[in-house]
Order: sequence, then structure tokens, then C-alpha cells
Amino acid sequence: MQKPVQNIIIAGNGMVGYKFCEKLVEKGLHKIYNIIVFGEEPRPAYDRVHLSEYFSGKTADDLLMAPMEWYHENDITLYVKDPIISIDREKKTILSQKGKNIPYEKLILATGSSCFVPPIPGVDKKGVILYRTIEDLEAIKSYAANCKTGAVIGGGLLGLEAAKALMDLGLQTHVVEFASRLMPRQLDDAGSGMLQAKIESLGITVHLNKNTRQITGEEKISGLAFADNSELNIDMLVISAGIKPRDELAVQAKLEVGPRGGIIVNDYMQTTDKNIYAIGEAALHQNIIYGLVAPGYEMAEVVASQMAGTVKTFTGFDMSTKLKLIGVEVASFGDPFCAQTEFRSIVFEDKAKGVYKRINITPDGKKLLGGILVGDAADYNMLLQTSKNAIVLPPTPEDLILGARGGASENSMQGVMSLPNEALICSCESVTKGDICNAITYNELGDVPGIKKCTKAGTGCGGCVPMLNDLLTATLQSAGKQVQKVICEHFPYSRQELFDIVKSTKLESYNELLEQYGKGDGCEVCKPAVASIMASLWNEMILKQATIQDTNDRFLANIQRGGTYSVVPRVPGGEITPDKLIVLGQVALKYDLYCKITGGQRIDLFGAKVNDLPKIWEELIEAGFESGHAYGKALRTVKSCVGSTWCRYGVQDSVSFAIEVEERYKGLRAPHKLKSAVSGCVRECAEAQCKDFGIIATEKGWNLYVCGNGGAKPQHAKLLASDIDSETCIKFIDRFLMFYIRTADPLTRTATWLNKLEGGMEYLKDVIINDSLGICKQLEEEMQGLVNTYKCEWKEVVIDPEKRKKFSHFANSDESDPSIQFRPLRGQKIPVDWDK
Amino acid sequence: MDIVSKKITWIKAAKTEEIPANGGACIKHGSKQIAVFNFEKRGEWYATQNLCPHKMQMVLSRGMVGDKEGEPKVACPFHKKTFSLQTGECMSGEDYSIKTYPVKIEDGYVYVGIE
Repeated sequence: MQKPVQNIIIAGNGMVGYKFCEKLVEKGLHKIYNIIVFGEEPRPAYDRVHLSEYFSGKTADDLLMAPMEWYHENDITLYVKDPIISIDREKKTILSQKGKNIPYEKLILATGSSCFVPPIPGVDKKGVILYRTIEDLEAIKSYAANCKTGAVIGGGLLGLEAAKALMDLGLQTHVVEFASRLMPRQLDDAGSGMLQAKIESLGITVHLNKNTRQITGEEKISGLAFADNSELNIDMLVISAGIKPRDELAVQAKLEVGPRGGIIVNDYMQTTDKNIYAIGEAALHQNIIYGLVAPGYEMAEVVASQMAGTVKTFTGFDMSTKLKLIGVEVASFGDPFCAQTEFRSIVFEDKAKGVYKRINITPDGKKLLGGILVGDAADYNMLLQTSKNAIVLPPTPEDLILGARGGASENSMQGVMSLPNEALICSCESVTKGDICNAITYNELGDVPGIKKCTKAGTGCGGCVPMLNDLLTATLQSAGKQVQKVICEHFPYSRQELFDIVKSTKLESYNELLEQYGKGDGCEVCKPAVASIMASLWNEMILKQATIQDTNDRFLANIQRGGTYSVVPRVPGGEITPDKLIVLGQVALKYDLYCKITGGQRIDLFGAKVNDLPKIWEELIEAGFESGHAYGKALRTVKSCVGSTWCRYGVQDSVSFAIEVEERYKGLRAPHKLKSAVSGCVRECAEAQCKDFGIIATEKGWNLYVCGNGGAKPQHAKLLASDIDSETCIKFIDRFLMFYIRTADPLTRTATWLNKLEGGMEYLKDVIINDSLGICKQLEEEMQGLVNTYKCEWKEVVIDPEKRKKFSHFANSDESDPSIQFRPLRGQKIPVDWDK
Repeated sequence: MDIVSKKITWIKAAKTEEIPANGGACIKHGSKQIAVFNFEKRGEWYATQNLCPHKMQMVLSRGMVGDKEGEPKVACPFHKKTFSLQTGECMSGEDYSIKTYPVKIEDGYVYVGIE
């Protein structure tokens, strides 16, 4: 087909001008029109937002939005270093600086802005440089080579970026701001103060309320003189005091411009000439100049859609933003100040950490209006979505910035899925939740880079990437697909795959496994995960590989505040003789230990020094105690009620059965801790239904429940089998536990494991009771193997002088750690508070 | 930046076999506690302060060693904050950092360099 000769001409090749080209290509318009771009700068459009990265090693090429070839490939003619200098609206032609006279069908002015230069006498002196283009940066770099001190006029976004650039160049850096605080448009006084403290701690000096009267010096700048008669001596000055729309072309063509600059446009981004559009920082929409990239991109979309024949309008844009300034996260969203609205605010401030969070909510506490985050902006996306979509707030809105206290903090994923489909996830590229979920489903995407490529979400500021990840996981899960889970950067396998590898290769050492199946040197994630797998398979003394164990396993005790450990001997079923109780008391007295009854019907002795542990255990073992594995991802306790032996309601001997069960599985290591209980009747005094496996007596035998837990997200256990005899009960537990150990992810309790198990409880019943996978015999044998090889870990240590030696605080002294301190409480001792 | 040459005193810390392979141990020097790490997998030795700056606990020597994209690190046993063994910088995204010391091995002993 013959290509018609209609031209779309774009004046300006900055970020928005480029984005407009990209949108045209996306819509296939480059095949219908001739697209011709005129740019002033010597190179194609580059990422001005990350300009300061030019100083931390990025090259001009790294910063390009797209290389020159991209324009060729898409049939776009780009003239660099050749700006349009005039428009003839009558003839519908443009004239470029180098004399090109070309007709247009549609003309788009994406001329951007220039640096606003305040009218201060002396701005023309040598050493005064603007901060806008790569050429400016090159000038700053070369001039700074002979300077010791430098200042930036402007304490806004770009000014602080420029200050970072000066700091990176090794200059003693000052920031001079006219207003009474930094980033006055985004932050309130308190937030700004927090940012200032952070910036000053890096060695940058901040001067507020400074009206610069004059730039002093002869030919070169030597300092600044302020209206309050103070002075600042500096070798160079960078100006970044705001932007000025580039509207000179519009003025020449007699298009209407605003009194303080900016090309006036309607909601279609049309200027007063319907064939000429203006987008980006040059456009003045409803009296607002948008000095951010995201609204500029939206304007580009609006115009490109019209070129493609779709009606789309620009109706203003949210100025919410999140960025990292000189290493400090700063965000402001919705209405950060609420100067004209009735509101109440909730503020969290931690001066030591440099964190400030403020949210503004409606007086009835139902809706989020906006807020400010400094130092920690992790909640930004969720807060932004909550305010934009007017989601009704929880009764405790402070949770929004403090997190749900009381343990449960894993609701973020549910949070994402509760958003409506229209919710804008990526505001840079205006991609909604619906767009992303559809792309994942219909294009079968499996990772975040895939989503980025397909939808462009996350390619701008990158702030929404964590949400993309959550959406991906949630969408795949709801489609019943498994998300590829690897343990960490050192092993490209899931725990289940790694378990099978260890099992089939019979490898017994972490180092060999890493050598043959992993890479790098390992880490605190894969080491304990592999330790757990090997313990579940080979049941060897875990201290053979002491340094891959978590500290609790490495010292066979639970580390507590202050660095001391707690000791929990096993008390099977919670049954204990008076003699043993006395020994516990004597040991506690002798080693000055704090005593407390645990939730699992045993006694915890706190405050043991690491070098006392073997001595303490020597005495406990002498009295017949064994390790309670309270320190391990292992079977903890089997709680029991007193049952038919004493209780007038009991129907079975729950204590005896609890002891039998605990003795069988003691020392069993698993992906996470395991808790159990046996109740003697339906009254359920042992609370078996909130355990990983719980047993409740019936007239005919036992009901077996599995996959419950208390803790952060309580979940009742589900009935696996009813009215079974003791032998069958043990058999089912054997199978259940081994199946869990084989297949669960690291640090996943049975409840979470079941929630993720495809087919759920019905499937689990099929595997355990009906042997649908044909593995039950194997599972039982594996469990029996572990039961047969059980040894008390503490006994092994106590009898072995070499192992005992490891329990010392210092390698070159027998002393205890002198830094441990206690204070008295109700007749016992507790550690002094740690540093908050 | 001024480069000040500081005099380093080498203290004899412990026999090399006292420090577990791919793990650490704590050395007492006067009132100082120094964590010494025998990163056998890399054939490298490191020393840092024993105090974790997060909750001011004397425990780093009990932490697990490992690497993040090739950079050697130690994870505090309390809350798994990780620190570079080379630079002392916190690698889990917080503003903490720990002091590192030079280490040398001579005649089967570990020496730690103190300024």
C-alpha cells in the first residue's frame, strides 16, 4: 500500500517527546503517518529523572530512552541539534534552525522547560552553572575539578539531586533554599526537618530562609551575599530553582500562553490552534504546569489516542511521588497538607532512625486523604492506592503506617488483591491492576521482567515493582499455578527439589551439596534450610555441621535478649515427678536462672550463659532429663489434659498417649516447628485443634486433626480421620509428618503448607489414608528410621570434651561475656532493656 | 580526603583451629570484643566488631557467614541483619555499619590488627 504523505511533526525530543513517539508506534501510527522529530540537544532523548547517576558512573548512552537505531527501525525521522524556530500556521509548515521547511498535518509541541534562573546580579559569572542537561553536567564536572566548595540554589527535588552530584564530585556542598524548609511543595515542616537532618549527617550544609541578593566575585564567582547580610564563600554555584516552560515557539506563532509562561491547552491538549498540541512541561493545563514525568506521559497518551481516532481527555493528574534523594526515601501522596480540607492526622516519628510518616484521614476516620513519608516509604504504593480508590479504612487506621501490631504482618498480598481492577498500579505508565492481571493470565507471564516488557508497568520510577510481584504471585496462585520458588541465590531449586537431590545423592555435607548443586558461598537462608533437610533425612548429630545451623541449633538453646540462652528440658505430655521438679529448681538456683512455665506444659530456664550450658545440662541429664528441642525447627511438645486417669469426663488415657506420641517424634526435624496435643474427651482441654497434629479421644478411639496452629494467624486443624485406634493413629501421623517434611517450603508451618497444597484437605486425605501416590510404605519406613536413630543431642555434647569446648563466649578466654547485664523483677532477674 | 597513616598493632588472637571453618568466634582484647571469621570456603579470614549495632548485642561472632552476589557477609543471629565482611556496611538496606579489622595468619595463629 502506498504511504500517504501526511506528516506528524514533534518539536522537542525530551522524555515526553520520546514517549509520544513510542505511543504512536504502539498504536501502529508510524505506518500511516510520516513522523518527524526535531530536537535541540545533540543526542536522542535521555532519562532526565536519573540525571545525577551520570556522576555515579552511568554514561550518556546508559541514560538514553532509546538508541538512534530505534528511531530508524520505526521509520521515525529524528533531527538532533536542529530545533524548530518558527511555525507558519496559515501554510501549516515549520522552519528549523538548519533551514528545513516542512508541512505538517498535526504539530506537537513537546519543548519542555528550561531552568528558571532567578534575577540575581552576577548569574553570568564564571562558575555559575544550570542543572538541566547532560551538557550542563559535563560543565559542572569539569569546573568542579578545580573547586573545593560548591552550593546549589534550590532545595527542591532537582536541587537536592544536584547537591548529591556536587557531593559525589568531592566538594564541600551547601544547599541554599528561599523557603523555610526543604522540598516545600512535597513535605511539611516535620518531614522536611527529618530529611534535612539526614542530608546534614552526610556532610551537606543546608541554609534555609536565604534570599540571595548577589553573586559575588570578579570574573569568577567567589561567594553569595544574602538579603540578611550574611555571606557564603564558594567556588562554584549550581542553579536549580525550578523550571520555566519553553513556550517561545508558541509565542512566535501567536498561540495563547499563560501570564507566567506555558502554552495554554484544553482537555484534549490542543492549543488555540486545533492542529497544534502541547504536552509535557511546556503545557499549561487548568493553570497548572506539571513538572513531573508521569503526567507528561499521560498527556502523550491522550494526544496519541486522538491521532488514532479514540477520544481521550486529560483531566488533571495526581502529583503523588516517591523517590530516593541522596539515599533517603521521600514520598508524598494525595493531599499531603490538607490546607483546605477538614482532616485529622496520624504521625509517626523516629528521630534516631530518621523516619517520619504522616497520614491525613477524614474526620470520621473512614477515608485516607494523603500523607508524607520520609526515611521509609515502603508503604507508599499501598497508601497511594488506598487514598486513590477511596477504600474504607480499618477501625485502627494507624496500622497503615505502623503495620498491624501483634504479629500478623503478612496481609500485603491480600491487600493488593482487594484493590478494584481500575486501581492504577503504575502511575508513570498508567497501568491498572486489571491490565496487569490480564497480561499475566493471557500472555502466560511468569516473572516481573515479563510484566514490565508486556505492560511497561514498573519501567518508570520502579516504585510499583513490589506490587507487581504480589500481583503475579496472587494471580498465578488463583490460577492454580505454582510460582517458581528457589531457596536463595545459591541454589536454583525449591526446598522440595533440594530435598530430593539430597535424598538421591545421599550427600551428608552442606559443602559438598553447594559444590555440586549450588554456587557461591551460601548464606543464612540456604544453610539452615539444608541443615534441616539433612537432619530430616539422615538424623545425624547436627553439631557435625555446627556453622550451618541457626544460632539456636548451634548452641542447642534459645538465644534471648542480651545474648544469654534459655534451657527447656523435655517433659513428655507435661507429666513430671516431684523429684524432677526439685532438680529443675536446684539447677535454676545454682546457675541463677529465671523460671517460667511455657505454653507447652514445660519449664523454661532463662539467662544461661553460653559457657554454663554444658554444666547445666550435665546436671539435668544426670537427673534423667533430655533435650526438649525448644531451639529447633523440630517437634516441640505434645500437650495433654489429664484424661480418663483422673478426670470424671475423660474417655481415653490422653496423658499416656501423649507421652507415647512425644517419645516417638522427639528430635524430629522439620521445615518448621511442630506442636501437638492429646485431649481425653470432646471438651478439648489440651487445645489439640490448634496444633500441627492434634488428637481427641472418642468413645471408640481417637479423632486425628492436622494442620492447625495458633500464633500470628490462628487456624483450626482439620479432621483427617475419626474413631481410629492408637496404632492407626500413629501410622497416619507418620505418613502425614513425612509427607510434610518432604514437600513443604522452608519455614512453612503445616497450616500454611495445607493452604497452598493443591487439592487441599481432600487431596491430603487421599495421600495419607488411601495411599493415592503409593508412597505410604516409604513414608512409614523413613519415619521409623528416624525414630530408631534418635539420640539426645545434649547427652552427646556433655560426654564429649571437644564438643563442650565450643560452648564458650571467647575463643581466647574462659570468661563469660562481661557485657551481659540483668535487673531484678519480682524476685527473679531479667536482662536490661535493649537499645530501641 | 586526607590519608592518615595509622600505626597498626597486631594482637595474637587465637590458634587458627580455635576458629571454626566457615564460622566465627569471639576474641577478647582488653575490654574489646572482636569477632574473627574463618571463611574457609573462600580461603579468607575476616575480623569485625562483635557488637551488632541493631540492638547492641555482642553476638556477631555467632552469626552465619555467606555471600551476596560474591560479597562476603555475616548475618546477625538475632534478626538476620547482614553486614559486609569487607566494608562493614549493612547489606540488608539499613544505615548501620560495623568496624572491620585487618587479619593475618602466622605460624598457626590468627592476628588481628588494631589501630
